[in-house]
Amino acid sequence: MPARDDKDSLKRTPLYDLHVSLGGKMVPFAGYDMPVQYPAGVLKEHLHTRSQAGLFDVSHMGQIALRPKSGKVEDAARALERLVPQDIVAIAPGRQRYAQFTNADGGILDDLMVANFGDHLFLVVNAACKAEDEAHLRANLSDDCIIDSLADRALIALQGPKAETALAKLCAAAPAMKFMDAGPHEVAGLACFVSRSGYTGEDGFEISVPAGDAERLAKTLLENPDVMPIGLGARDSLRLEAGLCLYGHDIDTATTPVEAALEWSVQKSRRTGGARAGGFPGAEKILAHFDNGASRRRVGLRTEGRAPVREGALLFADSAGGAPIGKVTSGGFGPSLNAPVAMGYVPASLSALDTKLFAEVRGQFLPLTVAAMPFVKNTYKR
Amino acid sequence: MTTTLYTSDHEWLAIEGDVATVGITDYAQSQLGDVVFVELPKIGRTLKKAEAAAVVESVKAASDVYAPISGDVLETNEALAAEPALVNSDAQGKAWFFKIKIADKSELGGLMDEAAYKAHTA
Repeated sequence: MPARDDKDSLKRTPLYDLHVSLGGKMVPFAGYDMPVQYPAGVLKEHLHTRSQAGLFDVSHMGQIALRPKSGKVEDAARALERLVPQDIVAIAPGRQRYAQFTNADGGILDDLMVANFGDHLFLVVNAACKAEDEAHLRANLSDDCIIDSLADRALIALQGPKAETALAKLCAAAPAMKFMDAGPHEVAGLACFVSRSGYTGEDGFEISVPAGDAERLAKTLLENPDVMPIGLGARDSLRLEAGLCLYGHDIDTATTPVEAALEWSVQKSRRTGGARAGGFPGAEKILAHFDNGASRRRVGLRTEGRAPVREGALLFADSAGGAPIGKVTSGGFGPSLNAPVAMGYVPASLSALDTKLFAEVRGQFLPLTVAAMPFVKNTYKR
Repeated sequence: MTTTLYTSDHEWLAIEGDVATVGITDYAQSQLGDVVFVELPKIGRTLKKAEAAAVVESVKAASDVYAPISGDVLETNEALAAEPALVNSDAQGKAWFFKIKIADKSELGGLMDEAAYKAHTA
């Protein structure tokens, strides 16, 4: 659903009043009135998250419980495998996995997190797609599962090297969790779902909390001097440095998981020759991309100069221009690198590391180099 | 004697004789946020009033800076290339963008004085 700019129609998360009281600059995002930054500003918020800890309100995202009618979580997992190219059956209780809903053309309808909570699956989907995702789940999985929209829960991300010690004061189970562990845990005495994951490239947690308790939990976390509130601006620059895709920009219905360089997220069991190969929307095209390669690929891009190359900039093989060979899908300034960073799609023949390309920015052709992602080394606790 | 004038697009002009020093206002930098890159016009370029003359980029977005008046670019502020954050710390001082030779003094008539600009941003 496109974001609406009409302020009156914007939804508010349970942390709206807190954002305003903290001086958040509120902007429309995916139908919600959200803080793009606080008085510290994007640059300081970004660097604070990498050096200390940042608190993000991601309550606009969709939280969905998939409850098997049989009572067996494997049945919910098998059902969900009809909609995603991931091995969901293999997600152990207390673990989480990154997945994509695909369409019949092999494109990506949304990307999501899937956790096994023992007796049901817990899904976190993008805010802009959550209504369609829910309808998609209801249309396809209702025979096997109850699709339970958890609209009465907020979601708070705590990210950065000090996240573990900050959360440990409120949640004794937190320090023992490893990257992509997920499950119900008490945080400050509240019935929360905690996962050790995030969208910054840093170690950290995402905490699902009942909406009515969200402000109290956020305030308690912010009492820790290491924890600073972080807006959507720094969330975007952090995920870009981490090489993570933003749905609707770097991946969409016209990109397959292979084109998007997300092969790592599709387990062997669902690929050609695997125990449960195919059986998801667009399998024919996606498996053909696995077997024969795709003609284009998402790559990281670094510039030589300090001018940022932003989303929509056309890419060229030659400094003289000619026909564009690709397009930048995300780009901006990486505060931790103190340099511009971008990602975009290029022909497979031009996707090798260190390939020299050019981006058109205000009529000039700026030199770029295909670069490895993540741009900033991730610090996940594995 | 220097006179400072302002545009509704949040630029300031310090007028000294037939030369204007141009930058963006403190209000403008506070709205843009952390500046990470500034692109300046080439020295000698003849600017027409209201055409894009410079670009200022924050972490999030790029914004055009329009020529507040017509004239030739005499000088640009090289310090901004090395330290774009000067725009945030001293927008109406060290972070001037360019100097322009005023082509038509009558164009100054359409600009605001400090009191009018304060009312404009209030």
